[in-house]
Amino acid sequence: MQRATNQANWPRKIVGLLKDNIIIVGIIILAVVVSFLRPNFLGESNIRNLLGNTAVRFIIAAGVSGALITRGTDLSAGRVAGFAACISAILLQNREKNVSGNFYPEMGQLPVILVLLIVLAICAVIGIVNGTVIAYFKVPPFIATLGMQTLVYGICLVYTGAQPLGNLDPRFTVLARGFVLNPIVSYPALIALAVGLYMWFLYNKMRHGKYMYAIGGNESAAEVAGVSVNMTKVRVYMLAACLYGLCGFLIASRSGGASVNTAQGYELEAIAGCTIGGVSVNGGVGRISGILIGVLVFEVLKIAMQFMGLKSEFTYIVQGLVIIIAVALDLRKYLAKK
Amino acid sequence: MAEFRLEMRGVSKSFPGVKALDNAELKLRSGTVHALIGENGAGKSTLMKCMFGIYKMDEGEIYYEGSKVSISDPLSALKLGIAMVHQELQPITERSVAENIYVGRYPIKKLLGFLPVVDHAKMHSNTEELLKKVRMNFDPRQKLGSLSVSQMQSVEIAKAVSADCKVLILDEPTSSLSEREVEALFTIIADLKRENVSIVYISHKMDEILRISDEVTIMRDGKYIGTWDSKELDTNFIITQMVGRELTNLYPPRDNVPGDVIFELKKFTSINPRSFRDINMTLRKGEILGIGGLVGAQRTELMEGIFGIRSSSHGTIEYMGKTLKISRPRDAIRRSIAMLTEDRRATGIFPVLSVEDNVSIASLDKYLDLGFVLNNGKINSLVQDNIAKLSIKTPSNKTLIKSLSGGNQQKVLISRWLANDPDILILDDPTRGIDVGAKYEIYCIIADLARLGKSIILISSELGELIGMSDRILVMCDGRLTGEVKQETATQENIMALATSFE
Ligand SMILES: Nc1ncnc2c1ncn2[C@@H]1O[C@H](COP(=O)(O)OP(=O)(O)OP(=O)(O)O)[C@@H](O)[C@H]1O
Ligand SMILES: [Mg+2]
Repeated sequence: MQRATNQANWPRKIVGLLKDNIIIVGIIILAVVVSFLRPNFLGESNIRNLLGNTAVRFIIAAGVSGALITRGTDLSAGRVAGFAACISAILLQNREKNVSGNFYPEMGQLPVILVLLIVLAICAVIGIVNGTVIAYFKVPPFIATLGMQTLVYGICLVYTGAQPLGNLDPRFTVLARGFVLNPIVSYPALIALAVGLYMWFLYNKMRHGKYMYAIGGNESAAEVAGVSVNMTKVRVYMLAACLYGLCGFLIASRSGGASVNTAQGYELEAIAGCTIGGVSVNGGVGRISGILIGVLVFEVLKIAMQFMGLKSEFTYIVQGLVIIIAVALDLRKYLAKK
Repeated sequence: MAEFRLEMRGVSKSFPGVKALDNAELKLRSGTVHALIGENGAGKSTLMKCMFGIYKMDEGEIYYEGSKVSISDPLSALKLGIAMVHQELQPITERSVAENIYVGRYPIKKLLGFLPVVDHAKMHSNTEELLKKVRMNFDPRQKLGSLSVSQMQSVEIAKAVSADCKVLILDEPTSSLSEREVEALFTIIADLKRENVSIVYISHKMDEILRISDEVTIMRDGKYIGTWDSKELDTNFIITQMVGRELTNLYPPRDNVPGDVIFELKKFTSINPRSFRDINMTLRKGEILGIGGLVGAQRTELMEGIFGIRSSSHGTIEYMGKTLKISRPRDAIRRSIAMLTEDRRATGIFPVLSVEDNVSIASLDKYLDLGFVLNNGKINSLVQDNIAKLSIKTPSNKTLIKSLSGGNQQKVLISRWLANDPDILILDDPTRGIDVGAKYEIYCIIADLARLGKSIILISSELGELIGMSDRILVMCDGRLTGEVKQETATQENIMALATSFE
């Protein structure tokens, strides 16, 4: 066995790298083209908007990634985030102005941080249920979380009475608009960054991360190697749901309101972001940095289409195609390398 | 007619970081058994995968019956009449035996004269014929997953035979077979030879090679060393050519002294009535306890029962005087019991993870700073040590384990449990698929562990290994313990007698 010479290999390596990331390459080219055609594309307000959107979706994608890496999936992501947005909006309605339609008019103004904790606690419970059903009752993740998606939506409808929620506490809405030094460095972007760092640490420096990859790589081998498979799965889905909660909270703050349809379909975008960023739906593979890139690139695609004046009907078609292509390419990568 | 049925010339193949084949060759005559041998990672499987069209050669040519052919995928290999039984079986365990054999080329009949449907009756009767040919008789409708590893392998061979092949590649076919099944396989090989089939036979077992092969090709480090007529060869010569140096002893000297009984099974019985039952056994500190028996004697099941992979219905496990309750592997590992399982692919490796992750996964608890941060530096050096100690051939410790050769994967799994530093180590066929040189190294490690006071339970399908390495051998037959022999009095005969004492 000899080491193959490295010099001779590098053009091949670069071609391989480009091939493996063909979607990312394609979208970057698109972005460059669009920024020539529409100089506003690189304007500050657009960049701020792009980063804000990316921040919110990255948090969800980071949650979903745990499920994907353990060879599961989480289709409840969007609805849980939506539910969290509604709870936040209801608990943080502006009660100084006593508008009709206020929930809990008797209750005083709650501290924002307390509401965040309440939201996280509720989502944690949802996640624990997801994880328990999947780990201990062996319900396929696809079915379990699809059920949860519908269930949470139902609860949300009942709780909010299906009315849109607005008129929020200004201390809450200002949160998402706050920034450090430059509006581009907004609070949501910073929060997403913190989430990213935490997740990176969890995936690379802690047992939980190694156990996740092992379960995704070969679940029976993980069991035999002494990995606490079931507990790890419960933790994965619990953490994921907490992140959806955080995300919903930020969405409500950003948009100054919420409705039962807030964050609908975000799970699919999150799965797309993850796969574009190299998380394999076959389990065992994926990195936080990749997910960040994947989500960012997907958001760039959406905004670029908007800038080119594509009707939103058509953007859905393109998004759907990109998602399918991303997963197909991912599966092909593992087939080819067998 | 050409001199050779199949010829591979000047074959080179590189993977990222490794040159797996470097100008390798193979000349295969019709109607012969051609043994292909070499150390773990020498490139045997890779060469065969090039022949079978799984890998694309970087350089090299293949001639079939004298004319140059290009084999781009397994389908074109099959069309030429080349079939392969893989080192790592890839069965569809949820489907029936017959479907596994006929997948992709089901016999079709016309329903009502026009509607093409799968002809199940024909498929099942054909399968029965084929199974008879490989001297097996089980129901073609049985789920493949319900068979043992060795039975699954016979199914694979039946599948190759059914493709009416002219060249049959057997990559380590006997690594999980019992002696009796090996005999059956040899009869099949003789049958095929008579039908003028050429067989490439990859194995690490010298006695088999000398017995059934007509010619031997030896490879080292991806290179062709030479081809010899088997009659001219002896074990020593082969090993020297293969390893590049001489090996004198088969087993290392041992100076472990078995101490007090630390582990005991009482009336240990499986919940499955056909599996192990009423097992009473003891294990001493610093003892190497061999477990003998034929395939199907439920040795693996017993060990998996101890380790919490399978459930027991009654009976107790006592360890250091206390009764243990083990309901899953994690409980056993916490009590410092470790087990190398039999089926490397199903319950051993994490294919898409690195060598490092594969080694360290069972001992992460030992490498935590502040109770929660993994000390990746320490883990890294632990892995480096193990790679060196077992001379694992890998480009780096970040390499994915799936790109290692079969024998090197096995060594990685052994290091996983060495890293865990258990007091009781259960080894289910640890030298399966490992080359002669590395086997000796593993025997040395086992002997060392015993000398340090660790207890070893060793299951092996090779009687020589059991007798050579164990202080005491327990023999099982059909789920029962049928006897015990001390090392001094152990012979192949008395072990076989106990192994076949059916009720
Ligand atoms: N798909 C792959 N990707 C990268 N490296 C590979 C791949 N397949 C094989 N190799 C490397 O090529 C070399 C030869 O491997 P091969 O499997 O042919 O060995 P072998 O002679 O069959 O060994 P064994 O007796 O252990 O089965 C090894 O160093 C292995 O790591
Ligand atoms: Mg091999």
